[in-house]
Amino acid sequence: MSEIRIDQASRWYGNVVAVNGISMTVRPGVTGLLGPNGAGKTTLIALMSGFLAPSAGSVTLDGTPIWRHTDAYRVIGLVPERELSFGYLTGREFVQANAELHGLADPGAATERALDVVEMGEPAARRIGTYSKGMRQRVKLASALVHDPAVLLLDEPFNGVDPRQRLHLMTLLRRMGSEGRTVLFSSHILEEVEQVARQIEVVVSGRHAASGDFGQIRRLMTDRPVQYVVVGDDDRGLASALIGEPSVVAVSLRPKGGVDVSVSDFGAFTVRLPQVARQHGIRILELTPTDESLESVFAYLVGG
Amino acid sequence: MPTRNPAPLTPPLNPTILRLSRQALLGRRRGLVLVIIPTVLLALAVIVAALTDDAVGYESVLTLGYTLALPLVALLAATAVLGPEVDDGSIVYLISKPVSRHVIALSKFAVAWAATVVFGGLPLLVAGLVLDSGDTRQAVAWGVAGVVAGTAYTALFIALAAFTRHAVVIGLLFALLWEGLLGSLLGGIKWVSIGAWGRGVGHDVSGQLTGPGTGLTYALVAAVLLTVAALWFTGDRLRSFTLRGDE
Repeated sequence: MSEIRIDQASRWYGNVVAVNGISMTVRPGVTGLLGPNGAGKTTLIALMSGFLAPSAGSVTLDGTPIWRHTDAYRVIGLVPERELSFGYLTGREFVQANAELHGLADPGAATERALDVVEMGEPAARRIGTYSKGMRQRVKLASALVHDPAVLLLDEPFNGVDPRQRLHLMTLLRRMGSEGRTVLFSSHILEEVEQVARQIEVVVSGRHAASGDFGQIRRLMTDRPVQYVVVGDDDRGLASALIGEPSVVAVSLRPKGGVDVSVSDFGAFTVRLPQVARQHGIRILELTPTDESLESVFAYLVGG
Repeated sequence: MPTRNPAPLTPPLNPTILRLSRQALLGRRRGLVLVIIPTVLLALAVIVAALTDDAVGYESVLTLGYTLALPLVALLAATAVLGPEVDDGSIVYLISKPVSRHVIALSKFAVAWAATVVFGGLPLLVAGLVLDSGDTRQAVAWGVAGVVAGTAYTALFIALAAFTRHAVVIGLLFALLWEGLLGSLLGGIKWVSIGAWGRGVGHDVSGQLTGPGTGLTYALVAAVLLTVAALWFTGDRLRSFTLRGDE
């Protein structure tokens, strides 16, 4: 059992702060690192895998700083977001090379075992250059698993992977976590993270925005005012009817037609809106959420 | 945990890195260019030998091979074993391993060095023999000069590849301007020119090869020092290799 402890770690490049005073402990089990693109997820994983020195603070693996500590790779398996550019090797040759570099006693057997885990035993005889994105992702995972690491770090492992292979990858990660490994993966998709991870760490703009199990994070993300624009054939009538609803906290008329609605409980709102419209004989022509992008969810988390 | 080999004595070269580097070197287009350069040089030697008497073009052909072909081969070999992997970040797969990064640097150098000797140094010797089969000693002197300079070139260019992604351009400018142009115009550059050091050593083998006048000891020590320093630097750069996201 291993854990990675990040203590007040910051990393900046010139004037740009990529990671800003983050503290977190990654323990055995699956942890999801959630954040929009550019939030600093890759920088955090680079810090945790010894491929970046913290500008301030510390990043340790079981108490030992990871930076410039090559022996840490006996414990860590890393699946970078970087594409495999070893197109001239077969999958098996690549995984075997990784096994050899780890100095394993029987690299051949370790290679076959890792290829079996990711179900790549058959296509492993082909060159990596011929692989689909999902296959390359699985070969990368096999190469990171070949030495049976206690810590597994994956940067955006589900990116560009088709749904069936995504499901397979998710099952694998869950299994690794339940085996007592410390598994951390990054993603910018909440649904992806909550399907696999029990613990979720949210980073936004280099800051640690939230931390908790997926229930807590989901409540944080959904129990917030959501903005909609509703356009009907009687905007004023619609506005006065909606303000009577408990799920609505604010209503205003838009100058060019339509109603801005602020909703505290969007579950109840989606049920009530058609009923209210029918009761008052108003036709709804348009319903648009105005801030559903993930970035606005994250912005809310940071602000709140 | 799977068992590991109990040998705590790390060998200075890693067989896996050697194998992968060889594949990276020969498995791509660069491998072809590496063969073309000495082929052109040898073809030139054959043509000159056939058209002239008494080794007239000896000096020009060997000088061309030594000042142009040799550094080019070293540059291609050195950047092929390290350049692309550093550029696209895929070297991460090789160095996220409990292997000393200096061993990785040394292993990559060994492969590039072998290529430089075979495709850069050896052709000088062969070209010398083609142009004047009677003077074996001078041909060997060029070969020795080629190996000495080629070693230092390869080490320097590997360090360059570990340091910047513009290694090919900078290396090319260095070879053409510093070693080629300035080296022939300004005499003082002989103290800090890899080409001059190689000639210094070659001159000691055969007086027919004009030496730069730095003396054998200085030339050897300078070449060895540069090589060792460049390789140490390469290993250190790899130890501090930084993974940057696209963000």
